[in-house]
Amino acid sequence: MTQMLLNALLLALRAIRRNLMRSFLTVLGVVIGVAAVITMVTLGNGATRMVSDQISSLGSNLLILRPGQRLGPGRDSAGAANFKLADVEAIKAQIPALKAVAPVVGSSVTLVAGNQNWQSQVSGTSNAYFVAGNWQIASGRQFEEDEEAAGKAVCIIGATVKKQLFPRGSPIGDEIRVKNFTCEIIGVLQGKGQGAMGQDQDDVVLMPIRTAQRRLTGNATDVSTLMLSLRDGVVADPVMEQVRKLMRERRKLSENADDDFNVMDTKQIAETLSGTIRTMTALLGAVAAVSLLVGGIGIMNIMLVSVTERTREIGIRLAIGALEHEVLLQFLIEAVALSALGGLVGIVLALFVCLGLTALMNMPFLFNPGINLLAFVFSGLIGIVFGYMPARRAARLDPIVALRFE
Amino acid sequence: MNDGALISLRGITKTYGQGAAAFQALKGVDLDIPQGQFVAIMGPSGSGKSTALNILGCLDGPTSGAFRFKDIAVETLSRNQRALLRRHYLGFVFQGFNLLSRTSAQENVELPLLYRGAETTQRHAAACEALAQVGLTGWERHTPAELSGGQQQRVAIARAIVTRPLVLLADEPTGNLDSQRGHEIMDLLVSLNREQGITVIMVTHEPEMAHYADRVVKFVDGLVASDESKERT
Repeated sequence: MTQMLLNALLLALRAIRRNLMRSFLTVLGVVIGVAAVITMVTLGNGATRMVSDQISSLGSNLLILRPGQRLGPGRDSAGAANFKLADVEAIKAQIPALKAVAPVVGSSVTLVAGNQNWQSQVSGTSNAYFVAGNWQIASGRQFEEDEEAAGKAVCIIGATVKKQLFPRGSPIGDEIRVKNFTCEIIGVLQGKGQGAMGQDQDDVVLMPIRTAQRRLTGNATDVSTLMLSLRDGVVADPVMEQVRKLMRERRKLSENADDDFNVMDTKQIAETLSGTIRTMTALLGAVAAVSLLVGGIGIMNIMLVSVTERTREIGIRLAIGALEHEVLLQFLIEAVALSALGGLVGIVLALFVCLGLTALMNMPFLFNPGINLLAFVFSGLIGIVFGYMPARRAARLDPIVALRFE
Repeated sequence: MNDGALISLRGITKTYGQGAAAFQALKGVDLDIPQGQFVAIMGPSGSGKSTALNILGCLDGPTSGAFRFKDIAVETLSRNQRALLRRHYLGFVFQGFNLLSRTSAQENVELPLLYRGAETTQRHAAACEALAQVGLTGWERHTPAELSGGQQQRVAIARAIVTRPLVLLADEPTGNLDSQRGHEIMDLLVSLNREQGITVIMVTHEPEMAHYADRVVKFVDGLVASDESKERT
């Protein structure tokens, strides 16, 4: 039996070799199909990993509290009041599961240093921001207590801002114009790279919240966002509920009124995003799988042509004493060998395409042995399914008729 | 009945088609062929000689009648059982050579051995030996397109004898060759018959080729019209 299979494989490979160009064109559909499936899935996995990496760089176990009803497009924030600095103190005092509570107000502002200017996101916050946002100071220092209390004009700049405005040397002690006031640079943040939505996380300027309130937003007490950092090992859900209860109380919402603020868990955001990407990956993979199927039809077509074209050859084999199932096996194995070879070429092609695309998109390249194996096995199966009909036709030929076939 | 015969046909008929369109190609043929004989089958077109060769070569079954080959009742065998009979005892040579194109002479000759499941080294050796017997040593790597008609027919003969068959069936083996090459092929068939004792059954319409045979059987209208044997010279 093994000997027979080996012989059939040998015959099949000889037949493929005799028609090298046509064999290649035949399997091109399978090559492209396999490469497309693997590329889609590999890129999807890479994107998922990238998003979860970036979300975790935001700071693990971070809750974000915002006015308005819900996250996403069409967010209804109309009429929802901002938070007050007093809310920050109340949350800090009443919810012990929180490690740090950072108030944030911000706006997009033009920065000027020397003859350079640059548009950036300026945020007013406190030292708690470094804990909550998982930021490290690369050089310089954090805010001092009196700077925070008095709202002094000092700031800490992100890596991108430094690169744009102070490409050479340390900017510490230099001055920068923020909107209409001058601010002393006291520190530079460690770079984090691209954010989950593709934005540059390092394109920021931080200053004490009072400074920002007074000089940028012109409103001395409002806070637009609160970043709440959970203590290690604390489960997010009950804490979110505590925060919600406290805020409902403080904002004097009646029993049946909806929340006019919302609390988000960054982990939850990461999961939602990853879920979306996974769905997209599955969808694109399915589309690619259809092209693989179309490739199979190409193989059936050529195998049928091949059976007709090789009728005399089949007649010779039958006359020599080939059994029906041997001829069937030969053509079946030929189809499977063709499509499996196509699968292998597709895997190699996908490897190069994935390497190129992930490098281009700054994505991690995650080699997924599962999908490679699956695509390969599937290409072999396609050979069996689409090769069977032509093979059976070959096996059933009458040797006398086949030998006379012109 | 001649019990010593390798092949024995009794009342063989073969009908193609059905009903009004039916055509009876053989109308009751009796024929005994002893082992080691060189038989030429002759006859005009439509006389049934090719049909008889197909049945003798176990490519086709008779409609009725008894066909014994080595005391096996061939008419009762299935398609696959007849294939096994061909594989083990028969070799074929055709008018149109019927070699696999773009395949070397050696690979063509190895083909029947592949179906017998022979080892690779044994296969190569047997193929080279068969090619040497037909005088084609040195041409192993050539494909049919690179060989002359006579050489192609020699490759086909090598393919037929590589399994050391009992019977070699040849259907107009010289039909596509000029007279010079034709005589060379006939000399080769005679020497295989004489030296290896292979029974040769050859269909031809050329009397000068039939002249090489020990026995000439003439078919007319689906029946054996004459059967003449002569002494070997």
